[in-house]
Formats: sequence, structure tokens, C-alpha cells
Amino acid sequence: MTQPVSPPRGSADKAPSVSEPSAWRGAFGRADVRTLSLLGVLAVLILIGGITKPDEFLDTRNLQLVLTQASVIGVVTVGMTFVITSGGIDLSVGAIVALASVWATTVATQEYGFTGILFTAVLVGVGCGLVNGLLVAYGGMVPFIATLAMLASARGLALQITDGRTQIVTVPSVLDLGERDAYVLGVPPLVMVFAVVTIIGWLVLNRTTFGRRTVAVGGNAEAARLAGIDVRRQRLYLYLLSGLCCGIAAFLLIILSGSGQNTNGNLYELDAIAAAIIGGTLLSGGRGTITGSVLGVLIFTTITNIFALNNLQSDVQQIAKGAIIVAAVLVQRRTASTT
Amino acid sequence: MAPEPPLLSMSGITKSFPGVRALDGVDLDVQAGEVHCLLGQNGAGKSTLIKVLAGAHQPDTGTIRWRGDEVTLRSPIAAMRLGIATIYQELDLVEHLSVAENVHLGHEPTAAGFVVRGKQAKASTGLLLKRLGHPEIDPARLVGELSAAQQQIVSMARALSHDVRLIVMDEPSAALDPDEVDNLFRIVGDLTAEGVAVVYISHRLEEIRRIGDRVTVLKDGRAVAVGLPAKSTPTREVVSLMTGRNVEYVFPERPVAAPDGPAVLEVQGLARDGEFAALDLSVQPGEIVGLAGLVGSGRSEILETIYGARKPTAGQVVVDGKALKPGSVRAAVRAGIGLAPEERKAQALLMLESVTRNVSVSSMSRFSRGGWIDRGAELGAARAATRELSLRPDNPAVPIRTLSGGNQQKAVLARWLLRGCRVLLLDEPTRGVDVGARAELYAVVRRLADEGLAVLLVSSEVPEVLGLADRVLVLREGRVVHTAPARELDEHRVLDLVMEGSPAT
Repeated sequence: MTQPVSPPRGSADKAPSVSEPSAWRGAFGRADVRTLSLLGVLAVLILIGGITKPDEFLDTRNLQLVLTQASVIGVVTVGMTFVITSGGIDLSVGAIVALASVWATTVATQEYGFTGILFTAVLVGVGCGLVNGLLVAYGGMVPFIATLAMLASARGLALQITDGRTQIVTVPSVLDLGERDAYVLGVPPLVMVFAVVTIIGWLVLNRTTFGRRTVAVGGNAEAARLAGIDVRRQRLYLYLLSGLCCGIAAFLLIILSGSGQNTNGNLYELDAIAAAIIGGTLLSGGRGTITGSVLGVLIFTTITNIFALNNLQSDVQQIAKGAIIVAAVLVQRRTASTT
Repeated sequence: MAPEPPLLSMSGITKSFPGVRALDGVDLDVQAGEVHCLLGQNGAGKSTLIKVLAGAHQPDTGTIRWRGDEVTLRSPIAAMRLGIATIYQELDLVEHLSVAENVHLGHEPTAAGFVVRGKQAKASTGLLLKRLGHPEIDPARLVGELSAAQQQIVSMARALSHDVRLIVMDEPSAALDPDEVDNLFRIVGDLTAEGVAVVYISHRLEEIRRIGDRVTVLKDGRAVAVGLPAKSTPTREVVSLMTGRNVEYVFPERPVAAPDGPAVLEVQGLARDGEFAALDLSVQPGEIVGLAGLVGSGRSEILETIYGARKPTAGQVVVDGKALKPGSVRAAVRAGIGLAPEERKAQALLMLESVTRNVSVSSMSRFSRGGWIDRGAELGAARAATRELSLRPDNPAVPIRTLSGGNQQKAVLARWLLRGCRVLLLDEPTRGVDVGARAELYAVVRRLADEGLAVLLVSSEVPEVLGLADRVLVLREGRVVHTAPARELDEHRVLDLVMEGSPAT
């Protein structure tokens, strides 16, 4: 019988730094170049903001606002990054956020207070993710189509629940979280949630078997299957995860806006995909970066803020966003071909 | 021979790809109205030669003459314009277009230069199909709805829709029933009667006897015999031309004592409709069993079915006396089976990842607790496994794509070694591995067997099976036609068996 090879524990931990400096520097170097260039873009944007509107842009309140706005779409983007890394796509995130936010703010739900709202938002998100996951993983549907169908249905259901009306939140404990009194050392609770989701997302993608399986399925689904990975179950979990992130984002949006609307989360799917792609996650799957995605979100939110402060209309913003996506992908293609 | 120059004459054709010289000074001449057969083992250079002829590959050196004039076949269109048509083994039809649209693809009959005359296309397609003996195929039907044999007829109709002088057919009979083969031969006869030349590639010697005029034999990128008479050259001579080898493989020695004990892998009556039938085999610990057969004999399908990647229509796979859930890769992996698949890049490797992650992917639970990966333990385990197989470079942190084919294959073996697997299925283990690295890989496989692994090996290279395996099962069209210890067989006998189904006299 061939025995499983047992790892020589003692030598393993220090080995990489001793015997393989070049490979590790290479792996780190590539990731670093990408992260650094994103940080560079962000720095340039902050510089532009600081020069054009020195008093308003660098004001603490404005920076808190930018980060708060980034939190909602940021949480959605973390989930989206997992799905894209696995070679999938989730077009329904915006619609799920809308449905979760209105379902959690109905009069009936609000009677159960804070817990009722949070629980409902998360449950609706996970439920929608479950349907997506079952359709893709076990129904054999193309992710684009399955989540497009979810987009349409969830938006429709959200409209049916609200009848087009804005549902005002009357639970004080929820509204209080958006007030300045709730800030800890100047950090809004929403931003803290975003930070926690980001850290957990990074750890799961980079340090757990779940993350490894995600990357393997995205890199080569057939090889993953033949290596003994349950590819379908993994896909189901990934859409569940994306739905969970949408539920959390919906709760943040409820705090932020003090209401639930069926128009919430409009075009979140495109913003989240764009942020993940400019961050360095491959749309074809097999490589994903949470750090890059979060930087992508911050870049987009900062642009929106600077444009708003300078009284530029949203049409100009849209054009600038489009140009940035094209530029980022072209730069990545060039660096990918030279390394 | 006619006094006029041959229709086609290729001389001194060479073609190299990175790491291999696929063609090394090949000559071929074809007369109008003859059936010229091209013979050779897998990898002998047949496909490369016909791609040069079709304009799909440019030769490095050599000249091609067409009716005596030197020509350059810069592209498939250039070859088509001269009247050279190729029917490839993998049919190149567009499934979602109709028969008529496929036949006229790229040269549609048009009005005013761009309006397709659908009726005219259908009518001319109908005539071509009638000429080919298949008037029942409706030119308006989608190609995807047709059977493989009918698709082949459509492919042929497409070739004939040009003013064709020479048709290359790459194993046209492989997917056909006997009566369809008869029809194919009738068509070939009609074509040659009209003066069209046919270059016919087949593994089946009896077909070459029936319709061939002359035979050219390729081996290791060289033409070892040009223009032999097809009907009168003895089988034994053809086979020895195909097998006489320049490259010597070095195989490890077999253990003195044959393995003796209960089989770890038992396959009982395993079958898949249209692929292979009622297969029985068993492999003991320490034993290497080889499956020899041609492409299309069901070799890879057998391995993938044992592994659970394909669902059997009958029979079962038993490991250590326990039957596995059919069609489940996870059940097979859990029972201790590992597969090194034929298409390494498409089926085994995560090309964006490091060697470590490629090796550890099947045993992540071994260095994780609660889903949390101990990366130090992972790297150490990957290093131990790759060192045991002397994988180069000795650094599992490098990206897998930077490794040579032989070392990538070792990484796949290390994956299963790390998993602690007991049955190893090897599908074309040396494909894409250069000759120098093969001996080392053979030694690794033998060593794993000596350590108690049961190995089931599939290879289209007969010497590899004979040199490495202890016991050989010869396959022909999905059935085992012969089983014997490897030392009692030689290459001639195996080739006789796979091509004719009975020993040559």
C-alpha cells in the first residue's frame, strides 16, 4: 500500500522564505503591481478632489459619506467577486437588494423591530440566492439567464409588495445606527460592517478550502470535477453567498435611507461587476481578489463624490466610469502579457 | 504509370513544432484516378502531412507540385482553389445551419453579389446527395439533426461542390456501419472513375486491400515506403514497416515475483452503449495492466467510466470488494482511485495556479481544520510528494504552467500520491512528454507499482504498453480480443490483433 506522504512539519513553515525567494516575490510582485496601481488611481482621485474642492472634499463628514455610500455596494461586490471567480455571474444582486429591503420594511415586519428587519433582509437574500444556485448548479441553467430571470422576478415582486410606495422605517433602533451618535471613533457602523465583510471575504477566499474550491471551479471546472470536488454543490454555495451579501447590503441600505423602496439597488449588478473586473478578478474565472474589488468600489464611489461636489451631472459620471473600465482592463491585459 | 507528371507530388516535406519534428523529409506522389492509402501509427505524421496538403500548415522545407507546376499552399482557400478538398476525422460542419447552407458555406450561389439563392443551393445540394447515394437527406434539414454517417456524406458533398481533383479522407470509415462503408467505397469508386484522386487514411488493412491502389507508409515523420502496391504487399511487411523503430525506449525492469493476492480493482461486465461492451478486468496491488488499442477502440472511455466520470449502461466497478456508486467521481476518489487523464491541460490542471495547489486540490481536507487551510502543512506535503517523484524544478511554489509536459504529468501523479490512492488510472501518460523524459516517467510508474499501487495504463503507443505493463488486454472496437502477459506479446502481434482482429499468418 502506498501511504499518504506525511508533511515534514518542522521544515515546512520556514521553507518558502529560505529556498524560494524568487517564486514568492514573483507571486507577490504581480499582485502588488495590480494593488499598487489601483491605490495610485485612488490617490490621484483624492488629489483631484482635494485640489478642486479642498474644503468640501477633505472634510471628515464628506469622507464618512463616501465610505458609507461605498459600504452598501461594497458588500454586494464581495459576494459578486466570489461568483465571478468561480466562472459565474450574478445579474440579480440589485433586484435582490430591492426585494430584501422592501420585504424587511413592510408594516408587518417592522412590528418585530430590529431583529425582524435584519432577519427578514438576510433571509430574503439567502432565499433568492438559493433559487439562483439551484437553477445554475442542479437545473443546468446558464448563470447569465438564471440570474436575469431572478432580476426580473425579484423586481416585480418588490413592486408588488410596495405598490410603488416608499416604506418609511419607524423602528428607532434601526434608524439610530445611521446617526452620528452611533459612530465609533468617527467610523460609521455601516463602514464597520463593510470592513468586517471584506476581511471575512478575504480570509475565506485566500485561506480556506471553500476559497480554493471556488478558484478551482472557476479555473477549470472539468479538472476540479475529476479531482474529486463537488462542483455543483460549490456553485450552489456561491450563489447562496452572493444572496447573503445582498441581504446584508439591503439592511445597510435600510439604515442609510431610513426606508425601503422597490427602486433600490438600481444597476448594482453592473457597478459590482465593474468594480470586481477593474480590481483584477477575471471575468472568465479562476482568479479573484477581494482587495482589488474593494479598491474598485472605492474608486467608483470617490469619482461619484468628486463629480457631485463639482456639480457635474450624472451623465458625465457615467461616461467617466465607462472610460475607467476600458482603461483598467486594457492596462491589465498589457501587464498580463508582459509577465 | 502515366507518362504525364503526377497530379500531386510532394517531396522533402519537413515540418517542426516546438519540441518535435512531425515531418522529416516526406515524399508523396498521387496519380489522377487512383486511391492512394496513407498508413502509419498514431504520431507518425499522417495528420500533419494532410494538413500541409490542405494548406492548414505551412511546411518548413520541401516542394509541392500540382500537375507538374510548383505551388505554394498558403491557406486552405488556396488549396481548395486548386481542387484539393479534405474531409477531416472531426467533421467541420456548422450544426445550426442546414445541409445546403453547410455544403455551400463560403461560396454560396448569390444574386447581385450578396443575396443568397436558397432554392438554387438546395437544388444543387440535392443533386450532390443523390450522386453520393443518399437522396433521403433533406437539404433543408439542420446538420445537427443528422447521424454521424449522414454528416460525413454532407462533408463529402461539400468537398464535391467545388471542382475537386483530389480528395483527402481521414479515417472516413471510423464512424460507419458495414453497409455504410460499402456505400463509401462505391462513392470512392465513382470518383476515381471520373479521374479524381483519393488520399485515403485508415488503420484497417482490409479496407486498404479492397479499395487501395498504392500505399505510402509513414513512421516517426518519415515515409518508410512510397507507393507500394496495396493489394499484393503482405500484411507482415506493412506492419513491420510501421513498427520498425529508431527511438528506443528504456523501460524499468519488472519485479521477479509476479504479484499474487486479491485484486484491488475489479471491473465486472462494464459497458457503455456505442463505446465498449461487457468489460471484465482485475488489477492486483503492484501490478500494471495495459490496455492496447487504436483511437476509437474505447480506451479512454473505459478509464473515465471506471473513474465515474461517465455513467456505465451496465456492470460495476469494485474496489476492495466493495461496489462503487456508478457514475460518481467522488465515490471513486473516496475509494482510492486516481486518474491522470488524457487531456492534461483541459482535464487535470489548474493552469493559473502553483504546483502546490495543483497537487493539494484532491486532499485539501488533510491540511485543513474546519475549512481553514494550514498552508505550511500544505506546502510541506506538496514538496514531499513532488520530491518523491523528482519533479523539476524542486520548488512547488512555481506556477504549474512553467513546467514541462513531463513534470506537469508528475504533478498530476503527485496529486494522487498525496491523496494516498491505491488504484492509478493512466490515460496516455506520455502524451506531450518529450522522449528523454519518458524513461523517467516509466520508472516512476513502476516504482509506484512496486510500492503497492494497482495501475491501469492506456496508451496508443504499443511499445509503451508492452514495455511498461505486466499484463496486456488488446482492444478492438470496444471489445477485448486478447489477454496475455506482456512478455508473451510483441508489437507485430498486437498490431495484427488491433487491425485485423486475428493473428496474421
